[in-house]
Amino acid sequence: MTGQTGTAEALTANEVARIKADFEILEHQVNGADIVYLDSGATSQKPRCVYEAEQHYYENANAAVHRGAHTLAVEATDLFEQGRETVAKFIGAKTNELVWTSNATEALNLISYSMSNASLGRGGEAAARFRLGPGDEILTTELEHHANLIPWQELAFRTGATLRYVPIAEDGSLRYDLIVSLVTERTKLVAFTHVSNVLGTITDTRRFVDAARKVGALTVLDGCQSVPHLPVDVKSLDVDFMAFSGHKMLGPTGIGGLYGREELLNAMPPFLTGGSMITVVDMEHAEYLPAPQRFEAGTQRISQVHGLATAASYLDEIGMDRIADWEEHLGELLYQGLSALEGVRVFGPADAKRIGTVPFEVIGVHPHDVGQFLDSRGIAVRVGHHCAQPLHRALGVTATTRASTYLYNTEEDIKALIEAVASVREYFGV
Amino acid sequence: MNELDQLYQQVILDHSKRRIGSPLVEPEGGHRHGESHQHNPICGDQIRVRVELEGEKFTAMSWEGDGCSISMASASVLSEMLPELTREEFLDKLDLFREMMRSKGTMTPDEEVLEDAVAFAGVSKFPARVKCAMLAWVAAEVAMLEAA
Repeated sequence: MTGQTGTAEALTANEVARIKADFEILEHQVNGADIVYLDSGATSQKPRCVYEAEQHYYENANAAVHRGAHTLAVEATDLFEQGRETVAKFIGAKTNELVWTSNATEALNLISYSMSNASLGRGGEAAARFRLGPGDEILTTELEHHANLIPWQELAFRTGATLRYVPIAEDGSLRYDLIVSLVTERTKLVAFTHVSNVLGTITDTRRFVDAARKVGALTVLDGCQSVPHLPVDVKSLDVDFMAFSGHKMLGPTGIGGLYGREELLNAMPPFLTGGSMITVVDMEHAEYLPAPQRFEAGTQRISQVHGLATAASYLDEIGMDRIADWEEHLGELLYQGLSALEGVRVFGPADAKRIGTVPFEVIGVHPHDVGQFLDSRGIAVRVGHHCAQPLHRALGVTATTRASTYLYNTEEDIKALIEAVASVREYFGV
Repeated sequence: MNELDQLYQQVILDHSKRRIGSPLVEPEGGHRHGESHQHNPICGDQIRVRVELEGEKFTAMSWEGDGCSISMASASVLSEMLPELTREEFLDKLDLFREMMRSKGTMTPDEEVLEDAVAFAGVSKFPARVKCAMLAWVAAEVAMLEAA
């Protein structure tokens, strides 16, 4: 899925200026310069309505949810469950198909640990399709963020299954041609990213889903970089699970989500256990609630859910297809502008569909120094391996500088970055 | 001088390109030697430092690394300083260098003791870069202990 629906009109510069005014922090100065925030791939900034929603919750409705009969508890529970409904709708899921987690990393670990619990026999026959053992295979890709790699490495270690991966070509594009031979009857799970957090390239998810369906393997989509930037509908994507994070889509930190097909979630054994996820408990054992509560042990992140739902409504009102079109435009300006600079190498395939995320290197200057130089001009970018060491190794570098946009970025922001990058080599005497 | 220029003093930019003491050289026979590999997982910078000692005195330091200008320049400056120092003199300088790095720009360093390493005073205003400047020093200390 991409933003090119062809029906929406792209955001105009005036609208982006109005949107930007909703973000207090973007009115600030850094090191004597207007802030140019190009690190939304790491975390997005938040509009006032999001933290005001959190404040509203604490001032008017703070209580523990799903317990207690007093009025505040009812109001808190309402906000919490309305939040679920809003965000579930935002990704095209049914309300009870959205499990709250602390972040996307926890969502992916939830699947990994639930599957190892199933492999130990927990969940009984209903959980049989989540069992892994020697001879079974998990497939991921060389493009992944560590959060969509290490949980599968650990799951393989715990169960004796084998982890395999789809490699990338020299330009960073996925070797789709190898999927057919890598997905076999042994494959039980296929985990892949929707959008590369480093390259910004959009995955052709169909290729993975079709191959996985043919052999009955489960599919796990990392939606961290797609849900904030593209219209995402889990039903048309036809994946079994999708993890995403709140703080990258204008929401608060400390909240993420796991989408799972209803019948799958209800067949999986729990990961974290304790209060709020049970029906009957005696001293020897416990019965568990259906999803999503089954996976929400302990006191929940209520203000964060309310904040995230407010963020999703904010995005929805502007229109995800329009945001996607705007960011595709910014991404194109970034890619072309940086590519045109002498002594700058841009990573990622030239002809790919991408969001507004572009990694690059300034030849002869370490990314850490590039980032420092840009910071002195008020420009915030990310430098390092971006939690994707295998990808960087495949590209033949240890670190890159990454610029990543969001709906509040203007063409002027991109221009400021490109002008600044153009003077990096001179400053460092390269 | 603005803060960026204080961070990237000419001495640092020069050393980051000249990389005195790099690459690694095989230790001379009869000298005690030690080696240490240090890695900064945050940025991926890494360095391998080898030191040689004769009695209490350093005779050589060589290194190989991959990292930002601050970490590479720091290793280069240290390679130039280390030979002829005693273990104790090095540890004194290390203490002072570390104190300077933790001073958040408030300390006027003693040039007599720190020599070219005073150029790193500006780094202390950038807490995210302190590790870069310390990397080679920490590696040299571990290598020295290994040589003991």
